[in-house]
Amino acid sequence: MVEWTDQERTLIANIFANLDYEDIGSKALARCLIVYPWTQRYFGGFGNLYNADAIMNNPMISAHGVKILHGLDRAVKNMDDIKNAYATLSELHSEKLHVDPDNFRLLSDCLSIVIASKMGYDFTPDLQAAWQKFLTVVVFALGRQYH
Amino acid sequence: TVLTQFRSKPYRNKRLSNAATMSLSAKEKNIVRDFFKKVSSRSEEVGTEALSRMLTVYPQTKSYFAHWKDLSPGSPPVRKHGITIMGGVYDAVSKVDDLVGGLLTLSELHAFMLRIDPVNFKILSHCMLVVLSMLFPEDFTPQVHLAVDKFLALLALALAEKYR
Repeated sequence: MVEWTDQERTLIANIFANLDYEDIGSKALARCLIVYPWTQRYFGGFGNLYNADAIMNNPMISAHGVKILHGLDRAVKNMDDIKNAYATLSELHSEKLHVDPDNFRLLSDCLSIVIASKMGYDFTPDLQAAWQKFLTVVVFALGRQYH
Repeated sequence: TVLTQFRSKPYRNKRLSNAATMSLSAKEKNIVRDFFKKVSSRSEEVGTEALSRMLTVYPQTKSYFAHWKDLSPGSPPVRKHGITIMGGVYDAVSKVDDLVGGLLTLSELHAFMLRIDPVNFKILSHCMLVVLSMLFPEDFTPQVHLAVDKFLALLALALAEKYR
């Protein structure tokens, strides 16, 4: 089980309290598809992904980015048992969606970078540490049911 | 869409050493040069902040700095070293057309003297990307992010060239 300090819990709760899901979610997914273009393989039915501008203005991608970001909510609500909280989602990504789990790490990195761009120096080293630890745990849980 | 992008690009003759890498296009090299020109007035800040952050977020990296008195963010040795590292990055920008050749001495330094595990190059690169995003939110667009990410990965490969 993952140990969280009080400081980490507070830092993570603060991020979510001030999170603009529409803005951050859409930007993070678009950035991931642009910076790591092979991730586009999962979005064949999402319309025009031909270039960076098309991706950034694609409403289906925006909506999906927001949906993915809300997927983190269940981790915040279940900080002490993230592994089990994501068991069904992990199965979904493995059995139905067939997503290579390395993509979760790529998206996490883009998410951190988008949040950093919004927060500037408020994204302190301690906050980055707590946030990345949180994402690492979620990423691990999402990959857990793959076989 | 992935397939059409692949088919529409002319086949490029790649040197054997580039065979496994995703090399920079001419456009991406220009993006890298232009962006780092914009960054140059705050390059010391970027170097210090990236290194400080790396030591906090990835505490295992402190193992390379046991000889420093003070490892806290922004401390004098951290500042000084962040500046040194950014100097290396700018040197690499000027040699972007031949990173392996241009960084041979630096590679030998890292391989034989410093012996830093190459996984740490990825870690520091990520911290640099975070800091660039923090300090230049408007300029660090996804396209710039892509070019800089590729550049830092190639820089890391060039640094690891002499390792074994």
